[in-house]
Amino acid sequence: MNHQALSGEPLVDVKGLSRSFGPLQAVSNLSFEVRSGELLGFLGPNGAGKTTTMRMICGLIRPDAGAVRICGHALGGLEARRQIGYLPEGAPSYTEMVPRQFLQFIARVRGLRGDAARKALAQVVEQLELARVMEQPIATLSQGFRRRVALAQAIIHQPRVLILDEPTEGLDPNQKRQVRQLFTRLAEDRAIIISTHVLEEVMAICTRVVVVSAGRLVADGSTAQLLARSRYCGALSLRFSQPLEDPDCFAELDQVASVEQSLGGRVLTLIPESGAQLLEPVQALLKNRPREVENLEALSLEPGRLDDVFFDLTQGVV
Amino acid sequence: MSITTGSLAIFRRELGAYFATPLAWVCLLFFLLAAGILTFYLGGFYERGRADLLPFFNFHPWLYLFLVPAVGMRLWAEERRSGTLELLLSLPVSTVAATSGKFMAAWVFIGLALLLSTPIWWTVNFLGSPDNGVILASYLGSWLMAGAFLAISGCMSALTRSQVIAFVLAVAACFVFILCGLPMVLSGLGSWLPDWLVDFIASLSMLTHFRDISRGMLSLKDVLYFVIMMKLWVLATVWALKRHY
Repeated sequence: MNHQALSGEPLVDVKGLSRSFGPLQAVSNLSFEVRSGELLGFLGPNGAGKTTTMRMICGLIRPDAGAVRICGHALGGLEARRQIGYLPEGAPSYTEMVPRQFLQFIARVRGLRGDAARKALAQVVEQLELARVMEQPIATLSQGFRRRVALAQAIIHQPRVLILDEPTEGLDPNQKRQVRQLFTRLAEDRAIIISTHVLEEVMAICTRVVVVSAGRLVADGSTAQLLARSRYCGALSLRFSQPLEDPDCFAELDQVASVEQSLGGRVLTLIPESGAQLLEPVQALLKNRPREVENLEALSLEPGRLDDVFFDLTQGVV
Repeated sequence: MSITTGSLAIFRRELGAYFATPLAWVCLLFFLLAAGILTFYLGGFYERGRADLLPFFNFHPWLYLFLVPAVGMRLWAEERRSGTLELLLSLPVSTVAATSGKFMAAWVFIGLALLLSTPIWWTVNFLGSPDNGVILASYLGSWLMAGAFLAISGCMSALTRSQVIAFVLAVAACFVFILCGLPMVLSGLGSWLPDWLVDFIASLSMLTHFRDISRGMLSLKDVLYFVIMMKLWVLATVWALKRHY
């Protein structure tokens, strides 16, 4: 595969994808592209059409309308599938096999032979730290190891496109961190689509986010662009050692749209009017209030909250 | 990569999977024990005083009625239940190639069961001078018939995620293909159906075609019947798998 020839071209090109199951319109006129180097977070509430879309991209489900091209190849032929590494929901594998047999089987079906297969196997074993369980039946492995074995099958052939459905579910925090680092490394010359409910994961690794709701695309942009849509973007959080006597003084500022209190009034979140900057007016206010300054433990500027954006984008649609 | 490569890998994995569980050994043991009991006790192997294996092969359709669905029930139902079907069908192998690979593995497994029954062939050679050509043709016919039963069982397995349901459906479907060759069924049908239709129904029966082969008449027509049955049911399996998504 000539990587140079594809640079700039979308590795995943989804155009006008639609699919219904009986009366249910699962996916409706969905279009997006994913290029090399992008790690796309595919978000949506349950039943939004994420899995159906992923299955259509992998060629498992035929769309009613629209088309998918993988590395320039139309779905339907096997060439597109060769470019894809897919981790289905639940990370299934043949549990009667040991990881070595399972990964060798996948390598064989993927057309890897001899030295190439051995190298590919050694590489994924190292990347996912599977060495000590390679001869243990998959059925007896912990959920974390099972998921890593399933992940290994998705990347063993060094695919240009990785499609991962809930890839870090069941992993402990250390394993999550390690796998996320692996995704970031892999995304350097690949297109990766991750379907997840873990917004923290999206924030940590995704370069772009697509949000679907009721089968329709409702947002497509970088995490920064999405965060900018949050009403908490530019919000100022102030943590005090004890509740303030007069918290309303912040609400009286022109640039403040509203004030939220938490931890029994010890934390105030000042939500700005659209586009307003809060730091300077708050600093000016605090100059004349030495008791509050003495009380102030921390002050932080929020980049925005993805859960807030997610809620706004998807509530009422489903 | 050719389709054959993917099929071969799936064939090897599937064959290995049979022996990774006790099911394979139970099926082999069941077949050998049941075949022995039916041949020597119900078939009157010694009492007949003839050096042939007709009592052995006569029971094969009835043995296969339960053995083959037991072998074929896990083919796709288990893949659906465990979620590996999604993984398998996302690999760069066509559904036809994947289906063929799995079918061949199960067919070879049944062939192995038949092979393990060959001591009975040696025994009959030790006791007399049988027509080994007829016995060889019968073994071939039996394996072909098992293939047809297996193709039906595989298709039923592709329709459900429950192995038990797959087994029941397969036994019922296979039974229909035995039933339509039984003389009492055909004579019953003959009283209210035209002769040509009764003949056609009889020609669909595994029993009719296997009976000819087991008597040493290995004709192209009978072989083609079993091959076409296998092909059609394997294609029906492909259709069922594609319909699933």
